[in-house]
Amino acid sequence: MSPKTLYDKIWDAHVAHESEDGTCLLYIDRHLVHEVTSPQAFEGLRMAGRSVRAPDKTIAVPDHNVPTTLDRAKGIDNEESRIQVDALDTNAKEFGINYYPVSDVRQGIVHIVGPEQGWTLPGMTVVCGDSHTATHGAFGALAHGIGTSEVEHVLATQTLIQKKSKNMKVEITGKLKPGVTPKDVTLAIIGATGTAGGTGYVIEYCGDVIRDMSMEGRMTVCNMAIEGGARAGLIAPDETTFEYVKGRPHAPKAGQFEQAVEYWKTFYTDEGAEFDKVVTLRGEDIQPVVTWGTSPEDVLPITATVPSPEDFTGGKVEAARRALDYMGLTPGQKLTDIEIDTVFIGSCTNGRIEDLRAVAEVVKGKKIKDGMRAMIVPGSGLVRAQAEEEGLADIFKEAGFEWRLAGCSMCLAMNPDQLAPEERCASTSNRNFEGRQGYKGRTHLVSPGMAAAAALTGKLTDVRELM
Amino acid sequence: MEKFQKLHGVAAPMPLVNIDTDMIIPKVFLKTIKRSGLGVNLFDEMRYDRDGNEIADFVLNQPKYRNAEILVAGDNFGCGSSREHAPWAIADFGIKCVISTSFADIFFNNCFKNGILPIVLPQEQVDLLMEDAERGENARITVDLEAQEITTSDGRVLPFEVDAFKKHCLLNGLDDIGLTMKNVSAIDAFEAKAQAERPWV
Ligand code: SF4
Repeated sequence: MSPKTLYDKIWDAHVAHESEDGTCLLYIDRHLVHEVTSPQAFEGLRMAGRSVRAPDKTIAVPDHNVPTTLDRAKGIDNEESRIQVDALDTNAKEFGINYYPVSDVRQGIVHIVGPEQGWTLPGMTVVCGDSHTATHGAFGALAHGIGTSEVEHVLATQTLIQKKSKNMKVEITGKLKPGVTPKDVTLAIIGATGTAGGTGYVIEYCGDVIRDMSMEGRMTVCNMAIEGGARAGLIAPDETTFEYVKGRPHAPKAGQFEQAVEYWKTFYTDEGAEFDKVVTLRGEDIQPVVTWGTSPEDVLPITATVPSPEDFTGGKVEAARRALDYMGLTPGQKLTDIEIDTVFIGSCTNGRIEDLRAVAEVVKGKKIKDGMRAMIVPGSGLVRAQAEEEGLADIFKEAGFEWRLAGCSMCLAMNPDQLAPEERCASTSNRNFEGRQGYKGRTHLVSPGMAAAAALTGKLTDVRELM
Repeated sequence: MEKFQKLHGVAAPMPLVNIDTDMIIPKVFLKTIKRSGLGVNLFDEMRYDRDGNEIADFVLNQPKYRNAEILVAGDNFGCGSSREHAPWAIADFGIKCVISTSFADIFFNNCFKNGILPIVLPQEQVDLLMEDAERGENARITVDLEAQEITTSDGRVLPFEVDAFKKHCLLNGLDDIGLTMKNVSAIDAFEAKAQAERPWV
């Protein structure tokens, strides 16, 4: 048998049907659903008189539209948002799928809830009508975003019509320096490959830096595979993975767990398997980074200066000019001189417990800058509960942060958490597109530690100086 | 789904690279629970000022491009989120074909589900079509899916690639779910086998 990559193995284990032209029906083990990309899909089912084929493998949770303020039990003010969340409520009940409503402590961002509840397991296929489904690749699950027509297709058939992508390997060798986090790693990779560098590929992340990471860190890395253009990001499961999964509500129970681990251990890239593209970075070369523009590839070490459009070639010259204008930055300006109005800590990239611990470490016993709007939005109700138990919440409140309930919040600002025009934000989320966090809002993507540092100083700051 | 066969129309040029899904349809318009009616908000933040007035020099606001049915765009078009609202808005505006040097994966797939043909061509050919598009109504482009050919306004023929299955579905306006249901016995068989091998799933 010829050697296979991790991706090849998961793919082969899920092909339910293959046509002559290579188009496959890929069986889907887990289908995650949220309120924004699903109403039209359920409506489609209803109109065609179809049911959900595997309701026990379908999990729904509202996250994008939900308010994160402490008074949210009073309901959603914005009518359209409320209608979307209500529609999910109704659809979940009508079609009999697993559901975590807003009032449930387990509610949170779909990509945080899935792993937390043990729905996401190694060797699986996982889809969701959301591009950051890539997050679940951290478990060695083939996980990617789909459109609403595909959501309907999976609901009805538990399969997706797919053609296989190509294999890409991203290896991070060596060790990270102090102050450098998984967020810096994933941004540095995009900086090196560009936002289209992974288009048409499934990326496998490997190397010592990845091996040494916790599951939380691995999820941060895979989360942004989509920002590099890849269909999915994968990390081979190992003891760290099994340990994380063990005992979670929907993980295999004792007895079956050992059998599952034996099976999961077969998911790795064979010696000699071929990749279509290979990128290697040295862990030691990666620095704390920040984005300066309006594409996640616009990334530079925090010690650098704002670039000039002339530093680029081709279509990127115009894109950089537009980005600098939008961001209100001048070429040559030091990144650490850029003043910040708002700090957002949260999202499916950095809304897990480790991220909050990293923030607490920086802000403990300190105060955020006067006039700074700074909010911490945990990724799920359970992350929030844990942070309270560990005393992190008190540290945040004493430092002057708003301590919110779980949801997507200012990651995409579909709820009331938004930037005003020209307001500038250091954000732990994943997209710095124009208008992403509010009309004409300006976003700098950073790690949780760097966001915390910016909250204290009021400027983009090298977190290493506060350590 | 509407069939796509042959198109002869005005192409609008958008040479900017990395046009993302937030630009195509900003999130405020994702709150709908319907598929239709998003065309007026296509490229909303580039197309209108804060008070809702049209920004005159934005390409689709120029009289010659108001009826554009083809978009010629810069590299990596449609990057960002999986929102199908992006192709819904494009289709609702009346654009049926997008041409670029590359597309983001999910967006590319979503197009086919909504009767839009995305075409990938090498840089020189996109440049050629971009020039054509800049001439507005005077330079109509023909896209023939059956023959897999684009004909420029001055008669140059550019062949393009398209996945055979996707072409078949687009030409005939076929619904994916209906097609998949024909293989339901294969799905049943797979499910039974998987249940035995990995009962914890
Ligand atoms: S946190 Fe942000 S990126 Fe993640 S699912 Fe929510 S909106 Fe999408």
